[in-house]
Amino acid sequence: MKVAVIVPAYNEEKSISMVVNDINRLANENNFEIDAVVVNDCSKDSTSEIISKLNCIALNLPINLGIGGAVQTGFKYAFENGYDYAIQIDGDGQHPADEIPKLINFSVSNNCDVVIGSRFISNEGFQSSSIRRLGINYFKNLNRFLVGVTINDSTSGYRLLNRKALEIVTEYYPDEYPEPEAIILYSLNGLKMGEVPVTMKERQGGVSSIGKSASVYYMFKVTLAILFTFIRVKFKK
Amino acid sequence: MVRIQIIAIVASVMFLLYIARLIIKGKLREEYSIVWIVCTVVLILFSFWRNGLEIIAHTLGVFEAPNLVFTGALFATFIYLLHLSVVVSKLHSQNKQLAQDIALLKEKLEKK
Repeated sequence: MKVAVIVPAYNEEKSISMVVNDINRLANENNFEIDAVVVNDCSKDSTSEIISKLNCIALNLPINLGIGGAVQTGFKYAFENGYDYAIQIDGDGQHPADEIPKLINFSVSNNCDVVIGSRFISNEGFQSSSIRRLGINYFKNLNRFLVGVTINDSTSGYRLLNRKALEIVTEYYPDEYPEPEAIILYSLNGLKMGEVPVTMKERQGGVSSIGKSASVYYMFKVTLAILFTFIRVKFKK
Repeated sequence: MVRIQIIAIVASVMFLLYIARLIIKGKLREEYSIVWIVCTVVLILFSFWRNGLEIIAHTLGVFEAPNLVFTGALFATFIYLLHLSVVVSKLHSQNKQLAQDIALLKEKLEKK
């Protein structure tokens, strides 16, 4: 079984080597083949030099595409190179790599196409700020209303996709703030989703892709994107 | 011919020449120049034919001819801006595709 762990990185020089080393340590302990795929989203710091020395597959984007475009590059790599699973994990150290086997095992035993690592099942570890939880709940309810699927941690970027899901995201994946919208995409394409509890940490370096003033824009833009994705995918069939 | 007519005609012709220059130098693609050429020709036409505006406004039931000009121009501007947004969106997605392919190809090359 081949697993690609996709790490989108934008100016993550402080934390990227720790994240990659954690993933590689996992490869020695488990019986599946695991590769770290770092997608450097045209970082301005030394991320590119650091990852070229690490034991990982380095994809260097020539221009900055934003989180969605970067992650999709990794998905494309995983799909084209015959990986069975792709796991998306943040480059800032928020997602501990040792939870990866949990996601894989859950996918295998529950026959899930997409597994989402969630902070809000066992409510352990870093829980984010209350205002962000409000946003996360809003998207949870919006998704539940539209497709009847409840994903508690709707903005979690800690996700596993199998080949069936990868085939869909290589075709289309949102550019900015892709997580809540992707849930609609998976659901309308008939993919089975599951959620497993994971413990997240506070970011170890770097800054959030969503600033304070951007959060209103974020809510509005993602709501629009969700509605239009819903309409597009729903009526294409 | 009134002074304003001459000014309008001279300005329009100069604008038309500038568009031609941009196309010749390769800075403006022909398909995006069409709308500018048509607009300029219309301006020139009504610079010569001053009563034309009144006649058209009257036929359409617009009481004040300038209102027709403003409405028409605003409408055309909005449509053209929308068209440009569509063009930018298309460029955006093509750009993304290219960047991703470059990253994947570079990795393939370096592996060998």
